[in-house]
Amino acid sequence: MSVTTEQESHAEEAAAEVERLEHEHPRDFLYVQIAVILAVLTAAEVATYNQDVSDALGDFQIPSLLLLMCIKFALVIMFFMHLRFDHRLFSWIFVGGLVLAVGVYIATLLTFQYWT
Amino acid sequence: MADATTETGAGEDQPGMGVAHAVGEAVHAEVGGEHHTSTGLSNEKLGMWVFLGSDCLLFGGLISTYLLYRHRSIGGPGPTDVFDIPFTSVSSFVLLMSSLTMVLALSALLRGDIRRNRIWLLTTALLGATFIAGQVFEFTAFKREGLGYTTNLFSSSFYTLTGFHGVHVTLGILMLLSLFVMSLRGNLPRERAETVEIIGLYWHFVDIVWIIIFTVVYLIP
Repeated sequence: MSVTTEQESHAEEAAAEVERLEHEHPRDFLYVQIAVILAVLTAAEVATYNQDVSDALGDFQIPSLLLLMCIKFALVIMFFMHLRFDHRLFSWIFVGGLVLAVGVYIATLLTFQYWT
Repeated sequence: MADATTETGAGEDQPGMGVAHAVGEAVHAEVGGEHHTSTGLSNEKLGMWVFLGSDCLLFGGLISTYLLYRHRSIGGPGPTDVFDIPFTSVSSFVLLMSSLTMVLALSALLRGDIRRNRIWLLTTALLGATFIAGQVFEFTAFKREGLGYTTNLFSSSFYTLTGFHGVHVTLGILMLLSLFVMSLRGNLPRERAETVEIIGLYWHFVDIVWIIIFTVVYLIP
């Protein structure tokens, strides 16, 4: 196969791939749905600032806020950053950095807590 | 191309998997410069993910420092004296929605809709600029209330953390505006969707960092 023919073949495959991606890529409607969920979760977080809600939650206020934060974080990285659909290596790299950061800094905070 | 997809595990069993990777491969194939990296993935995109993974450590350090210092101030205003939660909530909402417009910009480009791609890119940059304007207003208000950078441990760690985030957002705005100008000059065709995706990854990252800052710094009592 000549170089030109090979390049044409690649171009055809590329065009087909882009067409395939168009169909497989999450639709804009899904993105809007995710954004609405994120907005609702943010509203729920802000609601805990209200004294009545804060009193009602009691000891569960901080865990609730952390849970909402984690859900929002996961939604953005899974859908907006496409980690749910993308190659797993990207997830491993990012989650690796995240786990390392959380581990190191929890250890640091606990150390300061212990020595002070 | 198909072989590359199979090799890297971007399989048929996971619909939509490897979107930007496959687009990147398509670009190289179309220009006749297809390359096979050792991972089979786009080096540029891989580089951005490595950078984001390392940036987690930077912000982890800044957030930890803030948590250590915020209740150790001897004098000056504290968090409860200065924070305006309703105002910051609106800023957070604006930044959150900019992630939506960013992903819509990418989606439009993948469809070949250049006009909408430009609109969404510009909207994202404007939302980012609105967030930064809110941050400048907030810092100015805090300063008027007597909270300077060196007033106490809380102020130093707070301004450093949110300031670093603000710099990240500002850099993101500059990158978005660069993409917009590239598009106006006709240098951002559908085949370069991966470039938009990579800048988008950075933009979503500053959004998720703010998700953490908003909860940990502003909302947790």
